[in-house]
Amino acid sequence: MSIGAVAAMRLLLRRELTLSFRRPEQLLQPLVFFLIVTTLFPLGLSPQLSLLREMAPGVLWVAALLASLLSMDGLFKSDADDGTLEQLALSGQSLGIIVIAKTIAHWLVSGVALVVVSPVVATTLAIPIEAFPIMMLSLAMGTLTLSWLGAIGAGLTVGLRRGSVLLSLIILPLAMPLLIFGANATDRAIGGESAAGPLYFLAALCVFTTTLAPFAASTALRITLE
Amino acid sequence: MWTWFYRLASPPYVYRTAAAFAPWLLVSAAVCIVYGIVDGLAFAPPDYQQGDAFRIIYVHAPAGWLSMFGYTLMAVAGAVGLIWRIKMGHAVAAAVAPIGASFTVLGLVTGSLWGRPMWGTYWAWDPRLTSELILLFLYFGVISLRSAFEDPNRGDRAAALLAIVGVVNVPIIHYSVQWWNSLHQGATVMKFEKSSMPGSMLWPLLAMFLGYMLFFGAVLCIRVRAEILNRERQASWVREAVQA
Amino acid sequence: MSAAPYCLEVDRVHVWRGDRHVLKGTSFRLEGGELLHVWGPNGTGKTTLLRVACGLLRPEQGAVSWMGRAIHSFAADYQAALAYASHETALKSDLTALENLRFTVGLKRAVEGAELRETLAKVGVGACADLPARVLSAGQRRRVAIARVLALRAPLWLLDEPYTNLDTDGAAFMSAMLDAHVDQGGCAVVVAHHDLALGCRVRRLELSA
Repeated sequence: MSIGAVAAMRLLLRRELTLSFRRPEQLLQPLVFFLIVTTLFPLGLSPQLSLLREMAPGVLWVAALLASLLSMDGLFKSDADDGTLEQLALSGQSLGIIVIAKTIAHWLVSGVALVVVSPVVATTLAIPIEAFPIMMLSLAMGTLTLSWLGAIGAGLTVGLRRGSVLLSLIILPLAMPLLIFGANATDRAIGGESAAGPLYFLAALCVFTTTLAPFAASTALRITLE
Repeated sequence: MWTWFYRLASPPYVYRTAAAFAPWLLVSAAVCIVYGIVDGLAFAPPDYQQGDAFRIIYVHAPAGWLSMFGYTLMAVAGAVGLIWRIKMGHAVAAAVAPIGASFTVLGLVTGSLWGRPMWGTYWAWDPRLTSELILLFLYFGVISLRSAFEDPNRGDRAAALLAIVGVVNVPIIHYSVQWWNSLHQGATVMKFEKSSMPGSMLWPLLAMFLGYMLFFGAVLCIRVRAEILNRERQASWVREAVQA
Repeated sequence: MSAAPYCLEVDRVHVWRGDRHVLKGTSFRLEGGELLHVWGPNGTGKTTLLRVACGLLRPEQGAVSWMGRAIHSFAADYQAALAYASHETALKSDLTALENLRFTVGLKRAVEGAELRETLAKVGVGACADLPARVLSAGQRRRVAIARVLALRAPLWLLDEPYTNLDTDGAAFMSAMLDAHVDQGGCAVVVAHHDLALGCRVRRLELSA
């Protein structure tokens, strides 16, 4: 009589995506933020293309990290505010399934969107087209890992005042390895060298986080729900 | 042996035992540190490369080690509190956090002072110092998270989970920072392998390590007692103990 | 009266919120065919008691068991047996009434849209099925929440102030539903600060400061 985990995940994904697309303006916010932060760097440093190309991987990645984090605190907040989070927690499905569905849905609408927009941003930073595939692959893995880390942070800070500042504070240090490997992969791609090394590390981080984060994030939610 | 472990979960027992331990720990710490400082600063031979500047290692290296040890202890204590619901675990984790953070700051400041004669600048992105800095951010995150909750129980549990997530990440962060530094040929790494140090330099260093550990233990005893008093303030034994 | 295989037992539960000792050894035993009316002044832990019974909150001391088993040892099955309605109506304002129901009831059992529409109609908000929850009045939202409890088909109902925002018709309907549920052998814990005019067997638990 009760539905299985896969059917539950599908239903939850539908719920999350339906909710996201009912407010399309909110989907654009992280993307615009991504563009704005990227613009800050040439304005603050120099519009010289040669200089920008050297800084480009770092700038791109920092902007992507900050833009992803910006939307993370909404992961559980709306459900916690209107009481639906409790209903989900009492639905008979494990919190892990709920966390996985919400995080994947969030990544699909924000992380993947960032990856799709990244060529535009990359062009403004003088990154050559040949580097785009590696750049986008690294961003895809990086934003996914960040979504998982953000889910843990969101689970811990939902319901706190100034929760979003605290969320960034606790997640950014954990995201520094991501930044190191991702920016380096992009850098190597720009230079025409093989980016296999950092990409493998990034992939390893991604798999590691994907395996453990749902457990940590559902524990965080359980703590918050008390 | 397990009865001793069970007794550690009892606040009154820890309160009394820590009071007994603290003075001994302080005294032994003082002995080790005084020996280490005197021998290290006055009697150990100067390093052929760095001259007298290397002597800051006697203050710097143990601080770095204890900052790591402190974070691990905080995570383990938090895990005990979270998984087995033993309140003393959370009390210890809350007590360790500022101590560990202070040792991290000490490590950063002394590292920076060491940098001045070595690199000519107070900060260069050396991998060990960068890892220490990130560790300080992690400490700050755990402390802030605990204090952000109005309900102290939830604050403890959230901080414990964050500390566990952090401790798993620390090796990853450490390795990735090393990797990053090796690519960019940044500032020279401060390498001082213990095996390559002659005895006259090594003994004071070991003494300082031991002294710092004992001092950590002493301060932990004092702080844990304060945490226990605060957390158990409704209990009758606390009222009696405070009046005594 | 049918047999009473169901049994919810709350045994000497203590809960502290910071310094406040909110629940001080509260106990009750509820069997199928009974309704427990929990009442008392504000701040005495009525909502906390309900959340402990749900399993959302783990008490520092004491235990909750359903049909003889501790609820935390078989959480998924226990949750399948209960329907919780909090003081807030717990509806997503961007989803329609029907979607709200589908995404909650649907997690428990495969359910058709037609059945959910029928339930909404029974509760008196059939016309609101395709309207987003944010345009519904407070009373209508409460009725949708009631529809959810009905649609979940759970033997144990845990309801926190279910009569809030209901007009006389709605209140009469709520009482009729509770009577029917209890008469069929289900059990219910209802937190309400007012008297309940019910035909079924009602036991009362008063929480005091």
